[in-house]
Amino acid sequence: MTTATQEIQAESMLFKLNENQQMIAQMIRDFGKREIEPYRKQWDDDQYFPIEVFKQLGELGLMGVLVPDTYNGSGFGYKEYVTAIVELAKIDPAVGLSMAAHNSLCTGHILQHGSEEQKQKYLPKLATGEWIGAWGLTEPNTGSDAGNMKTVAVADGDSWVINGAKNFITHGISGDVAVVIARTGEVGDSHGMSAFIVERGTPGFKGGRKEDKLGMRCSETSEMIFTDCRIPKENLIGEVGEGFIQSMKVLDGGRISIAALSLGIAQGAYDASLQYSKERHQFNKPIASFQAIAFKLADMATKLEAAKLMTFKAADMKDKGMNVNVESAMAKYYASEASVELSTEAIQIFGGYGYTKDYPVEKYYRDSKLCTIGEGTSEIQKLVISRALLK
Amino acid sequence: MNILVCITHVPDTTSRISFTDNNTKFDTSGVQFIIGPYDDYALARAVELKEANGGEVTVLNVGPADTEPTIRKALAIGADKAIRVNAEPVDSFYVAQQIAAVIKNGNYDLILMGRESIDFNGGMVHGMVGELLNLPAFSPVMKLEIEGDTAKMSREIEGGKEFIEAKLPFIAGCQEPIAEWKIPNMRGIMSARKKPLEVIEPTDSVKNTEVSSYELPPAKGDVKMISKDNVEELVKLLKEEAKVL
Repeated sequence: MTTATQEIQAESMLFKLNENQQMIAQMIRDFGKREIEPYRKQWDDDQYFPIEVFKQLGELGLMGVLVPDTYNGSGFGYKEYVTAIVELAKIDPAVGLSMAAHNSLCTGHILQHGSEEQKQKYLPKLATGEWIGAWGLTEPNTGSDAGNMKTVAVADGDSWVINGAKNFITHGISGDVAVVIARTGEVGDSHGMSAFIVERGTPGFKGGRKEDKLGMRCSETSEMIFTDCRIPKENLIGEVGEGFIQSMKVLDGGRISIAALSLGIAQGAYDASLQYSKERHQFNKPIASFQAIAFKLADMATKLEAAKLMTFKAADMKDKGMNVNVESAMAKYYASEASVELSTEAIQIFGGYGYTKDYPVEKYYRDSKLCTIGEGTSEIQKLVISRALLK
Repeated sequence: MNILVCITHVPDTTSRISFTDNNTKFDTSGVQFIIGPYDDYALARAVELKEANGGEVTVLNVGPADTEPTIRKALAIGADKAIRVNAEPVDSFYVAQQIAAVIKNGNYDLILMGRESIDFNGGMVHGMVGELLNLPAFSPVMKLEIEGDTAKMSREIEGGKEFIEAKLPFIAGCQEPIAEWKIPNMRGIMSARKKPLEVIEPTDSVKNTEVSSYELPPAKGDVKMISKDNVEELVKLLKEEAKVL
């Protein structure tokens, strides 16, 4: 006989969407149908970053999902945030990526580690989409090996002076404000880096080359270049030497958002495959009735379910204030690999049509690959997980 | 200005329709329910009028507890409070009687609803409520402006448009382009749960109809492609097969 507590736990383990999540999902579907779907192919072809859409997402409250309403944010938790990213990713993963990067990284860093003054100054603009945020950790020669970063910040009177370059930065050109991690100490010292807020228009700070990418093409990715870029002392986030540690905490949450992005892609690829395989007839039968296709669908549905449970579990733990270092890495690792597998299988089910741009699955396929790389590759996720296991 | 917006809780337009209980009940399993699209226009216009003129928007639904997510969505879109009459909306007249009872107990300057629901598409409730309360009722209203205690409306009639002026209060069945659908934002969704949703029991009302059975329309036949040069064949098929000529 189950007790009431067991029933509540069972219900919570199902991660059934609550009323708010259902409304958020519907809101995004309605918005996406009107403002994203008709244009996504053109944006993808042109590699056009639709900044106007992000302003609209700001009006909907999607640019500050986790930001409390005292800073003009929406004040929701990670479960609602995951729901929002999943729905956006189903419509256009690249829009989902930009929204997730804005929320989790730049906005998330200031929200988690900024001073009250910094929060009051930046969060209302970021949460409403008035400003787009960028976050710079990666450099041309240091991805996960952040301890060897070359960008340096030197104290000079009432200022910090930054020199160096960051790359693969989401919104590196269009971002109105960036959180930048720079060296303030010794090479290889995890306490040798600090985080700074740099506004666009600051002399010595500019966006660099825009990357021409395989997928996620309407999400802007570029260099950020700092040449004797002088910023006020108060733009340091937290204490000197905390930048790397802060970043790792930001990434713990960020990884949940990439898991959600992966989940949205996987769901989109699966939904399209299920529908197509019922409608496409060969030898006078729907192709879903052939075991070769039916088993693919079974594999896809199973992996999708596992990715969903892992992602919502990490989100639920984060909402409860628990440490999600391992769970977010596991969710990101599994869901991102699943999104690549499912979108690959989707193309196989669609056959020749899947290889064309007339159907959505080739875009899922190209977009999905980012998920196993961005915010830490699958290999880095395994490193995070195994280090925790072997502690 | 106090505006009452009556909303229906209907299957999404993309739902697959099937029936249970020997074809006497609609099968709701796996069906996504939404605010009736015409009601959505009425709600959007009501919120616009409130934003322009001040006042309050109340949404009303006649339905069991499972319609509450739909009601909450209306609150997220911008209605201030909601009333749910705890009853199955068995037919148009029954629903009209329930709505009329709520209007009698309220103090509404304007009552808006969709021109029709999209489940049974009767399109009768606005007229019936007007008759029950001796209030004017107009439908389908495509434009609605309020100046003081007077409304200017336009409505589509066969072969043209009709322009109407009416004193408040009255009932309007709305359709596009009276307003553009509003998509709720995150703040609206967050606040929707805090807005009052009053549940009231139905008044004793007459139920005049009973459904004996439902049936689906015949499945659409296959498409026949006819060469553009073969008009004779086209005419023959339209006459003999499709029987439309």
